[in-house]
Amino acid sequence: MPSAIEARRLDVGYGGRQTAVKVLAGLDLTVAAGSFLSILGPSGCGKSTLLRVVADLLDPLGGTISVLGETPHTVRSRRDVGFVFQDSTLLPWRTVRDNVRLPLGVGQGSLTRKIEDRSAELLELMGLGGLSERLPHQLSGGQRQRVAIARALLGEPKLLLMDEPFGALDEITRDRLNDELLALWRRTGTTILFVTHSIAEAAYLGDRVIVLAASPGRVVKDLDMRPFKQEGNRCKREDPAIVAAMADLRMALERAS
Amino acid sequence: MRKAPLSPQMTIALPLLGAASILLAWQYLLPLLGVPAYIVPTPTAIFGVFQKNFSLLIDNLRPTLIEALAGFVIGNLAAVLLAVLFVHSRVLQAAYFPIVLFFNTIPILALSPIIILIFGLGMTPKIVIAAVICFFPTLVNMIRGLDSASDNEHELFRVLSATRSEIFWSLRLPRALPMLFSSLRIASATAVIGAIVGEWIGSDKGLGALIIQATFNYQSDRLYAAIVLSSSLSIALFCLVVLIERRVIRY
Repeated sequence: MPSAIEARRLDVGYGGRQTAVKVLAGLDLTVAAGSFLSILGPSGCGKSTLLRVVADLLDPLGGTISVLGETPHTVRSRRDVGFVFQDSTLLPWRTVRDNVRLPLGVGQGSLTRKIEDRSAELLELMGLGGLSERLPHQLSGGQRQRVAIARALLGEPKLLLMDEPFGALDEITRDRLNDELLALWRRTGTTILFVTHSIAEAAYLGDRVIVLAASPGRVVKDLDMRPFKQEGNRCKREDPAIVAAMADLRMALERAS
Repeated sequence: MRKAPLSPQMTIALPLLGAASILLAWQYLLPLLGVPAYIVPTPTAIFGVFQKNFSLLIDNLRPTLIEALAGFVIGNLAAVLLAVLFVHSRVLQAAYFPIVLFFNTIPILALSPIIILIFGLGMTPKIVIAAVICFFPTLVNMIRGLDSASDNEHELFRVLSATRSEIFWSLRLPRALPMLFSSLRIASATAVIGAIVGEWIGSDKGLGALIIQATFNYQSDRLYAAIVLSSSLSIALFCLVVLIERRVIRY
């Protein structure tokens, strides 16, 4: 399978090149196209930073990274990347529909690939059909994240980057959105990088889980989840194999912290 | 313990009753206490001026209204445009914002004679004074508003490859509107103050001139009527701003 992401000896930091504090140091990572990669790690280990480098929001200090076989910049300008933030980052003055349609209104000029208005279909898909004229402050936290996901999917991205998207939600809503996200992933075949603090969520969602250690960030555990799961990355949360994998991840996370 | 909220009828009735009680005390208590009418005329005497000298009041309201409105529009527009320039050029902001800050520390009363020296008599200097007085709060609020979008919001627009002008129209400007309107509400009152101060210094027309003339002629009922009218003008401008704000900002 071709890789969606190839990072070699990647150094990333904040500040000037000389004085920078390194957040990621010598990171090697290959992510297969179409996979669902969960990224775990203690606070400050560079999980979000990694997503930002992939999304071309941050330049690495050293090393190489290719995304879908090209530079992050090329991929971003073609808008093959969708990003979902922890706070839904909906624009409060736009209705649900107009938030989802934001990618149609901005960034179309420089593009070689125009995106089409699939907002009605996506709103239906995310269970937001009846809410399209609401304003963000009239929605629950879970509904807001659904809108953010619909917005990220509007451009049919080949790569979806999710930075703790369900971190602020209650457990029931979070579980439900987990299942919806998996169903979406199976349908679209989009590569997903999913940052989370929750071991259970990482194990349930990912067909692969990596654990990053802090200062500086590097991969300390790389666990292929497919042997623990059935066809299509399906599993039950309470499955003993999954529980065992979670214990394994917990140990790695404790060592990394 | 928190007190229970008032019923809707009471929230309307109580301020009206409060105002009525003060007007009644003013009308009947002050004369009893021996406060002479040339210092504090009674409400009915002030109301009498509105009946007797209605055309005089309206003739003096008109220039003040035009000066305050023109100053309001020009001052705020200039502030908004300069704020846009400043947030798009950190170099310009660093070079000139401290100078703007310095100008703001000059009291408007000290600045007004200079403005009148430059622009002569007539309406222009009053419009300039009203504009100057509106300018600074709007500039500061607008700069802050245009910069108030969160890091995540900027990153979202960058992921979407938005251009600078798209970021301005779709993110910075809508983010700035609530702060712009809060300074416009303040400016609606200060614009009237600016126009009146201008008229004090050199004019024979306008509410400011009427206030000065009435003071020197001991026509205190006329003076109070002019004050009531200028405050009504501020309130009307304020309501206009709030009305527009409600149509523009619905979240």
